[in-house]
Parts: sequence; structure tokens; C-alpha cells
Amino acid sequence: MSDGPQVHGPRRAARRDRIAEPWGARTPYAAGQQWPVRVDTFLADDLTPDDVDRWVQTASILHSNGDAIDIAVKDGRVVGVRGRAVDRVNRGRVDVKDLYGWQANGSRDRLTRPLVREGGRLVETDWDTAMNRVVERAKELLATQGPSAIGFYTSGQLFAEEYYTLGVIAHGGIGTNHVDGNTRLCTATAAAALKESFGCDGQPGTYADLDHADVIALFGNNMAETQSVTWMRILDRLAGDDPPAIVCVDPRPTPVALAATVHLAPRPGTNVALMNGLLHELLRNDWVDRAYVDAHTVGVEELEACVADYPPDVVARICDVPEADLREAARLLGTAQRLTSTVLQGFYQAHQATAAAVQVNNVHLLRGMLGRPGCGVLQMNGQPSAENTRECGADGDLPGFRNWANPEHIEELARVWNVEPSDIPHYSPPTHAMQMMRYVENGSIRMMWVSATNPAVSLPELRRIRSVLSQESLFLVVQDLFLTETAQLADVVLPAATWGEKTGTFTNADRTVHLSEKAVEPPGEARSDLDIFIDFAARMELRGKDGTPLVHWHDAESAFEAWKECSRGRPCDYTGLTYERLRGGSGIQWPCDDEHPDGTERLYADGRFWAHPDVCEDYGRDLVTGAPYDATHYRAMNPDGRAVIRAARYLTPHEIPSEEYPLQLITGRTVYQFHTRTKTGRSRQLQDAAPEVWVEVSQPDAERWGLAEGDLAEVSTPRGAVQARVRVSRIRRGVLFLPFHYGYWDTPGGHEPAPAGRAANELTITEWDPASKQPIFKTAAAAIRLVARGDGTPSAAPTTAASAPVGTRVEATRGGTAAEVLETTGATP
Amino acid sequence: MKIGLALRELHRSEADLHHELLQIADRHRVDHEIYHVAQDLAAWSRDHLRRIAEQAERYGEHLDPDARGENGLVARLWDKSSELMGRSSEAELLMLRDLRGVYLKASGVFVDWELIAQAAQGVRDTELVDVAQSCMGETQRQTAWANGKLKESATQALVS
Repeated sequence: MSDGPQVHGPRRAARRDRIAEPWGARTPYAAGQQWPVRVDTFLADDLTPDDVDRWVQTASILHSNGDAIDIAVKDGRVVGVRGRAVDRVNRGRVDVKDLYGWQANGSRDRLTRPLVREGGRLVETDWDTAMNRVVERAKELLATQGPSAIGFYTSGQLFAEEYYTLGVIAHGGIGTNHVDGNTRLCTATAAAALKESFGCDGQPGTYADLDHADVIALFGNNMAETQSVTWMRILDRLAGDDPPAIVCVDPRPTPVALAATVHLAPRPGTNVALMNGLLHELLRNDWVDRAYVDAHTVGVEELEACVADYPPDVVARICDVPEADLREAARLLGTAQRLTSTVLQGFYQAHQATAAAVQVNNVHLLRGMLGRPGCGVLQMNGQPSAENTRECGADGDLPGFRNWANPEHIEELARVWNVEPSDIPHYSPPTHAMQMMRYVENGSIRMMWVSATNPAVSLPELRRIRSVLSQESLFLVVQDLFLTETAQLADVVLPAATWGEKTGTFTNADRTVHLSEKAVEPPGEARSDLDIFIDFAARMELRGKDGTPLVHWHDAESAFEAWKECSRGRPCDYTGLTYERLRGGSGIQWPCDDEHPDGTERLYADGRFWAHPDVCEDYGRDLVTGAPYDATHYRAMNPDGRAVIRAARYLTPHEIPSEEYPLQLITGRTVYQFHTRTKTGRSRQLQDAAPEVWVEVSQPDAERWGLAEGDLAEVSTPRGAVQARVRVSRIRRGVLFLPFHYGYWDTPGGHEPAPAGRAANELTITEWDPASKQPIFKTAAAAIRLVARGDGTPSAAPTTAASAPVGTRVEATRGGTAAEVLETTGATP
Repeated sequence: MKIGLALRELHRSEADLHHELLQIADRHRVDHEIYHVAQDLAAWSRDHLRRIAEQAERYGEHLDPDARGENGLVARLWDKSSELMGRSSEAELLMLRDLRGVYLKASGVFVDWELIAQAAQGVRDTELVDVAQSCMGETQRQTAWANGKLKESATQALVS
């Protein structure tokens, strides 16, 4: 699918420590050329490719990039991975987490049998006993309270087939409105911003836009660590002819910031002011495609009126960024010939999340830069299958991007599911994750089924979450690979198969669908999430309106066929895809149907949107209050289905620094770990690269609070405190950073602090963006103090990326020979 | 000319709404979206009160441009009750009652603004027309918020 001439260097193979060099060797290319192939291979135990019995096709599961990978199998076990040269997404490259993270599959502490709570302890049992307990409780609650008693909290790491099945069971079978994913923490704002601007979810751009762009702007997106393979693509552009200019908005000195032409490091919580300042400059200089705006959008007058109040000098004060840098960033955005923008958690998990992300869409609408090579918006997400929760109806949306407030969409869905429209709750938007926790807290949700996620570490304000999940009134079911912090609190634990042990499809952040095939058997009695859900539906005797089984599929491929039917005619149309078509070649971007048999690289060419009132997924929300607009409002505002330019004024964050808490805390990731380290923490190379929590402090703040590299410090907010070793870095002054990966499963506390906390979410605030309902992890007031002087040993923070130390006295992060990866370049796919 | 009188009445109802919004925020601290958004919406009413007082001067009415703070004993008592209510399903019913209160009060303020806008057009006071139109828009959003929250919360509160 990718266009442009190919470039081939000489064929070269080299071994490289990818812990030390996460982005590997450069393969430079120029604007408009095709990204050269580089195949990364990592095999354990000194094996060579000749030793491998089989290579089994899949894609990456430890981030959202969707890198196509083959799993190496020898003697019935996974022994390594190799990038797929043929794939449009990665052209053979593999992210550092995927190179080594698969080793967790073979961990000795995998769950192999179901567990049930007996006398306060979790004890092993058989599947019948465990499932019958779940089914008995579900039936009892349905009889006594009804569907409002039951909630499902899922993941961004299952497969499309599993989400779809779960969505059918929950919405169409049980009839509950309480279905969401941890994607609420990672991708909810991406979806909300796309719905606000374009009427419907769906990534406008494609990674291939990076091959053509002359300006690439990354808004709150530390791509080098979150989607490292796509960052390799940008690095290769920067190393080639006609390199693009890079604009970076991030308070940390990320690899993106270091590579940037202009780096803006705003005060946390001020993204909307910053964006309004940039839009002010676009309008003032008339860097606007008036013909595009007139023909394809509504709402520009409102934007003009709003951003008039945000001239660069005002914005420079609010955000505390140099005015000249702000103007220069605006000039780059305004004069780009081919602008590609990416957005991630720096915007999504921050104050006024949706309002800020929407302003990035507005930059592209004003400039008419959508749907053409190099002109794309990439509202990214954090997890491998986050996109599928959005499409398949497992994250607070209905499947196929159907509009819960449009009765015709509900009727159509009811026909597909063979149920009555009234069986599908649609009286209000599906309940979001944080609200579900509130319903558990007040006792009105009495059974919650958590699949493939770990809220006891990943949700904000952990003391509260632990207390909520431990409530007597709650029957907690947890389905996972390991006895996570959350699983330790469960009443029933179901052992699940994982990537490589089951088959299914998943879709990355640029709409590329990949097939992931089963390579080996799961351990013990562990079963695929799909099998568990199908078994539950059967035991619950869930039926359609004519008495036939509601879930009428029995395996991954038949579930995929059912999902395809549900997607028919919708923006995310999968009907042109089959497992057979996805085997062997590259992943394919949806929509893929009769009209687009090879998929669709870019959405919204020619300024056509899925925004017509009869078609749109959402009528939008008030970006400040979060109140949903109704059909009448939307129809009056946007009768012809154009893109909507939504303006938003800057609001002061609700928690601002005080005398007691003079700093601002932000949380985030490192390139070596994923989420709560359930997998990456069990891979030696990754765990050794980032073994324990640290706190990043700027040099001036370190001096002010008497802290040095390696000292033990306590970081506190009104919610609690954690202890971490200090990394003195070039982070913005006044800001502290904690990685959120470190919970308690590998500490004496098990699921809680013992006694000092280390999970960043002990500190985060229970607050969310009213429009997207995404929690705010990046704007808390915090304090820091010295607990104990270090002995001269630096903190364990990696030196290779955003947590790099000031000065050179810290030994560089290395993986040694155990982390050597074979990189082959110059190969043709 | 009774515009001054109408502005006085509007000032009273807007102050009442402001108080109601702060109170709902305080009573429902454990319902975090209500707690945060209601405070933002109270700030709008605070701004409206200042603008009403400014306009009223021209009609011979001296109204307080500053909203009354809510950090007194009553607020702290509510704070405590909010914590106590956090684990009770009764809290949801109380929340419905309070949201209904905001909805009705905001609707009343909206009507009062409409009256002012009509009168201001009659006397060709374009400044007052502009103020009314800009504030009414925000009052309408306050109403829509309360209504949206009511719809979102009613089912769970009433069927569980």
C-alpha cells in the first residue's frame, strides 16, 4: 500500500544491544521515498534462524504501533521474534519491548488453574466450579436487582473477536450499560476528539504520511518511547535528504524534544491556552485555506472569536514558554506544505483533554491538510488493541461506531444481534470506567468482571481504588495471565491464554488490521479470553429474540465473521477482510469492503466526513461541562455533515500548586516497560533496564530541595506519598515525573504498599475530562522532600531516553550480550 | 422603567444559582465530576453577577458585584456529610434531588435573562443586549449540564 520509490542499500547484518540503542541502526530515506526495510531478529539461547521449527504470524502487543512480527517456535515453545519485512507499519523493525517481552509468556508464575475465594483465601479449582460461581452470582443479581448490578471492565490488549463477543454479551445479552475498557485511560480522548471534529471516530491519517511530511508536530507524544518503531521512521527521515522540521510540545526533555526544530515545554495543565495561541497566529497571518474552510467546515467564526483573546504574549505567560518559540512553532505549522500531527497522553491525560486534542484537528481543518499524502492527523492511542475496543463496543461505545442517541442506529444493531432495540441500553451514554468505580463504591454495581487489566495499579488515587475493590458488597471476577494486584482482591480468578497462545485480529493506531495466530498451547488449563466469554454466554443461556443462541459463533474465525457483519456499511467496515487475506502479506487498513478491496490509506480525502446527522457516531458534547448535545442541536449546527471546528477557552486546572504542594506531578512511561509490568517486568532484559521506580527532578528544583542523583525522596500529594530515588534531569522546572509502571506484585506488600508506596497512582487525583471521561494523570500539585541520602549510586532510571541524567557520571543503560539483536538491512521484502 | 427592578431580580436568582452550584459541589465531593464541574459553572455565575452589577448601575441599582464565598461552617458540615454518604446508595437520590434543584434554578435564571434581553432591545441598550446574550448562552449550558447529569444518573439511582 505504501507509495514512493524504494531505496535499497547494500545488504548488511549487524548485532546490536537494543537495550542500549532502542531505535537501532539508521536506514535514511528522503521525502516521498519508501521507508527502507530493516529486519530485527531476536532469538533466545543462542539459537539461529536455522534452529527454528516454525515462524507464526502476529503483531506487537506491548504498545499501539501494530508492528508485524513472526514468532519463532521450537519444540512447542516460543523462542524469539522477527519483524515482518513485508508489512507497511514496521518494514521489519521490532520495538524493544516486543524483542524481549515475549519471554513473560513462559514465566513459571503464570496462572494455570482457576481460583476461587474460600475462607478469605484464593484456592485452585476447576473451570466448572469457577464458572458456575460466576454464573450463579450473575443470575442472582439479574433476578434481584437487574442488569444495573453488573459491570464489565476490560482492556486494550485483547483481540477484536473478544471485545465484540464481550460487547454482545454485556449490551445485548445481560443488558447492562456498564461496559468500559482501560482504554478509558489511554484512548478515550483520541476517540472523543475525532467524534467532536469529524462526527465519527476513525483515524484520519496514516503512518505513511510521515514519509511525505515537511513538518511533523508531536503534541504531548513522546513517540520515541511510546511507539518506538514509528519514531525510527522519523529518525530515518531526519537522517535522509529533505528532512522534515519537528515541532515538539512536552514538558520533558524527550528524544523527540532533543530532535525538535522547536520544543515548547508548557506548564502542565495549559495545553488549551498553548493551542489557542498557535491558532491565533495561524488566523492572524492568514495561514488558512479559506476555500477548504468555507466548503468543508462549520464553526470557524466561533474559533476566531475565541482565539482572539490568546495572542502570543498572553499565552507565553500562561504556559511559561518563550514567546519567540511560540511564534516560530506557529510559523512552522502555518507554512508547512505537508503537515502531519500526532497527539498522545500529554494531551489526553491532561486538564481539558478533549478541548486540547480538538484544537490539533482544528489546525488541520484551517490549513485544509487532511486526506492527502503527508497531510494527516494521528490521534494516537496507547495500547495494541485500543482501536478495537472503540470499534467493537467494549469501551463505552456501541459497535461499528453506532450512535447510542440515534434510534435508527440502535434498530440496525438490534437486527444484527437478533434482539429487540429495547434490549440494548441506550437511554444514556454507556457508563465510563471511573463512574463504574463510583457505582461499585456506593454499592449499586455488585459484580464486576475485569479482563486483562490491573485497575489496582493503573487507576488514579489507589488507596481509594483498593478500598472500593475490596468492598464486601462487590463480587470481583478477574481474568488474567498472572496473579496481579487486582487478581489478589478477586473472588474468582480465571487463567487466560495470551498473545501467541490464541488466534484473533487487532487493529493499530492507523487502522491497520493484523492477524495474530496461535503459535503454542497455553499453560495448564488456561483458556483464551474468547473461549471464556463464549462459555459464559452458553452457561447464562443468553438467547436472541427467536430463541437461538445470542453468541452463535464458536471460535476466533467465526467470531470475526460475526463482527464483519456488524461492521457492514459502517465507517470501520471489515467486510472485505478474511483471515486468509490477512495471512502472509501486510496488514490492511480499514475500511476494507467491496468499494475499497485493498483497504483505505487515508480518510477524509476531498473533505468528505461521516458527520451527517443521520450518519455520525456522536452529536458531540460541551467541551467544558461534558453535557451531551442532542440530535436537534447537532442537526441545526451541522445539517450537511461537515467537519466541526470547536473552540474552547482555557480554564485554570482544578488543582494548582500551593504553599504546601508547590510542584506539579506528571506520570508516564519508559520505553522498556508497559503498563503495570505484568509482562515486561517478567522479561529479564527489560526489567534490568528499568528495575525500579524513580522520580525526575529538574536541577534548580533539586538544588532548592537539597536533592542529588540517587537520593531517596518522598513525593506527596493530598492523596498520599511514594518513595523513589531521585534522577536529576532536564525536565521543566517545577515539574516532577514518576513512571506509572511500578506496583506491588513483586514486593512484600503483594497488592499494596508495604509500608512505603511506590505506585505513581497513589498520588494522582480522581478527576477526569468531562467530555472524554479520561482521568487526569498529568496535573497534580505535589511536594518533594529528602528521606535519605544516597550512597553515590545513581537512580535506576534509564539513561537512554527522557529520563537521561544531567551530566555524564551515570553509567549508561546497557543490556549486554543477552540483549543482542540481529539487524538486517538492504533486504527486499 | 422597571429594568432596574428586573436586574435586581436577576441578580438575586443568579446569586441563588451560584450558591446552589457551590453547594452541590460540596455535597457531592465523592462524585468527582459533579464536584469539579459545578465549581467551574459557579465561576460563570460569579462572572455574571459582576456584569449584572455593572449594568445595573446605569439603571440606578447598586448591586453587590462579588458573590458570597462558601467557606463557612455550613460548607464544612456538608463536606463531612459527603464523606459519610460516599458508601451509601442514598447519596445517589440526594444527587438527583440536587441536580434537579440546579436545573430549575438555572432555568429560572435563563428566563430572567430573556426578560432583560427583551427589555434591553426595547430601550435599544445594545451593551445590555450583548451582556444578556453572552451570559444566557452560559446559563443555557449550565441547564444542559444539570439535565445531562440527571439523565445519566437517573437509571442507576432509581433501579438499583
